Amino acid sequence: MTARAEPLVEVRDLAKRFDVSAPWLERVLDGRPRQIVHAVDGVSFDIARGETLALVGESGCGKSTVARLLVGLHPPSAGTLRFDGQDLVAELASPRAAALRRRLQMIFQDPYASLNPRWSVRDIVAEPLIEHGLEPDAAARRERVAELLRSVRLDAADADKYPHQFSGGQRQRISIARALATAPEFLVCDEPTSALDVSVQAQVLNLMRDLQRERGLTYLFISHNLAVVRHVSDQVGVMYLGRLVELAPKRTLFAQPRHPYTRMLLDAIPDIHLSGRARTPVQGEVPNPLAPPSGCSFHPRCPLANARCRSERPALRELGEGVRVACHAVEEDRLAA
Amino acid sequence: MTAPLLEVRDLRVDFPHRRGSLRALDGVSFTIEAGEILGVVGESGAGKSLTGAAIIGLLEPPGRIAGGEVRLGGARIDDLPADALRRIRGRRIGAIFQDPLTSLNPLYTVGRQLVETIRTHLPLDAAQARARAIELLGETGIPAPEARIDHYPHQFSGGMRQRVVIALALAANPELIVADEPTTALDVSIQAQVIGLLKRLCKDHGAAVMLVTHDMGVIAEACDRVAVMYAGRIVEIGPVREVIHAPAHPYTAGLMGSIPAMDEDRERLLQIDGAMPRLNAIPSGCAFHPRCPHAMERCRRERPELASAGTTRAACWLVHEAQAA
Repeated sequence: MTARAEPLVEVRDLAKRFDVSAPWLERVLDGRPRQIVHAVDGVSFDIARGETLALVGESGCGKSTVARLLVGLHPPSAGTLRFDGQDLVAELASPRAAALRRRLQMIFQDPYASLNPRWSVRDIVAEPLIEHGLEPDAAARRERVAELLRSVRLDAADADKYPHQFSGGQRQRISIARALATAPEFLVCDEPTSALDVSVQAQVLNLMRDLQRERGLTYLFISHNLAVVRHVSDQVGVMYLGRLVELAPKRTLFAQPRHPYTRMLLDAIPDIHLSGRARTPVQGEVPNPLAPPSGCSFHPRCPLANARCRSERPALRELGEGVRVACHAVEEDRLAA
Repeated sequence: MTAPLLEVRDLRVDFPHRRGSLRALDGVSFTIEAGEILGVVGESGAGKSLTGAAIIGLLEPPGRIAGGEVRLGGARIDDLPADALRRIRGRRIGAIFQDPLTSLNPLYTVGRQLVETIRTHLPLDAAQARARAIELLGETGIPAPEARIDHYPHQFSGGMRQRVVIALALAANPELIVADEPTTALDVSIQAQVIGLLKRLCKDHGAAVMLVTHDMGVIAEACDRVAVMYAGRIVEIGPVREVIHAPAHPYTAGLMGSIPAMDEDRERLLQIDGAMPRLNAIPSGCAFHPRCPHAMERCRRERPELASAGTTRAACWLVHEAQAA
């Protein structure tokens, strides 16, 4: 692998806690304590310019919360977020926020919910242009919208239609055109193809890859689908109950998964080509995030867990070649190969 | 040879509306043997869920069966009065739906729901029914079923709820189980467990299963044979291995190519341009022709029927021509 360029995004010890307690009166009457969910708990990673980092994990692992933190939709509870060397949180609170906001955009999962049904496609795609004062001239703005639609392989004439006239895949392209309107460098994509049929998913994934090549975009790609992640990413981070358990270059992660949870996830993928590869059956379920297990939160499901795993939480350790794993068994070399 | 457990022949489903009628299923035929799992796969709007709903007699009005027949164990069930069909549903046909939360009543314990279902269909007293309910929960892999039986659905996780729904479907030991996207709402690790459970139960009980899903991975894992649907018709049907490794229909081939693979690197995914047609705009001839890379003049005019292509059967003029040659 070539020497890494300066990272565009640097995340250090990022944490987000949500207070999910019952209302005050109920809590006092029942004598119940406050309840805090650690949705994201000490996550660190870098994303190099022009690369894709995929975050993968099951429901409730905190991957979507990380996505929202990165575009400033939630303020972090702790930790730092740097974008192109600037402190993202401080910068978004400053008068210079608009200049930064323009450089990062988000694509959401549900193309039915994320487009206003009463707006024409032209209004939808032009909104960021108006909001950021990028094309004050109406004729130039029309031309810019047409160009954006063509860049996502839609017809310029589609600008006069409404979202309900499009299929799911076409709607997701409209979302992408809207996200590209401000010419951002960084796109946060939260399950962009999960609501789509496979043949349409392939269209959108191909488009996203072409756009990355053409424009040098950097992606944070959130997905629960390991096969999709393997297709789109350069780096993969595996999350479990708010923590990053493994972070590695794509090839290494899929060829040589280290963390027992990563191995379990890979074993759970249906073997579509019926190759008959040996797989261990998956055990157990994700525990309640309100009461995460002590020590390593994966230990109740882990075949390699011992006393240390139950009491001491493993830190994410560098194993060389960009692979980082949070696991006592890997550290102690208890892992059967 | 005895008659197959389920036989669907030339099934047509119409949705009448003010100006005419939309044909949502058009000439669907297949059989399932006892102990066999048939997968029905397709994208949104292909008619796969509708096929399941028509078989169990739960079509949403104004949808109605407009032709063809459904035979269970040799006897027709599509023309039965609603009352008789209700007795078959639950007793001889079990159903599992996508969302386990909406399939269960949130106000009753799972035990009460199981006992009610069991006593509706089997001549058991309350104590016997409760014992059978506990046995079913244990069989579907719910830990400590004696305690869990008195819990409410919200006290179960998504994967555990789907196990309860499977236990409900199995309550009267049905001959046929229609499972509509049973794993779609579940995480991958739970999905693998539920597929394993379905396969084991099908084997132990000798039940036939019709498994409706959009996920080729689930089909590959669970099914013996698969029917691929497109725009209200079966375009290819055959043993899973053959359909996956050597698809005869260009749509099946496209569908397989558009799935990101775990064991090979491709710069781009194979792409089928366009989308499934709407019911009011089904193309003439072969419905897939506007998206098909091999479309010929004949495809635009004439609709192909299923023809034998080795071990699978596909509705494609290419297959017909290869056969004739």
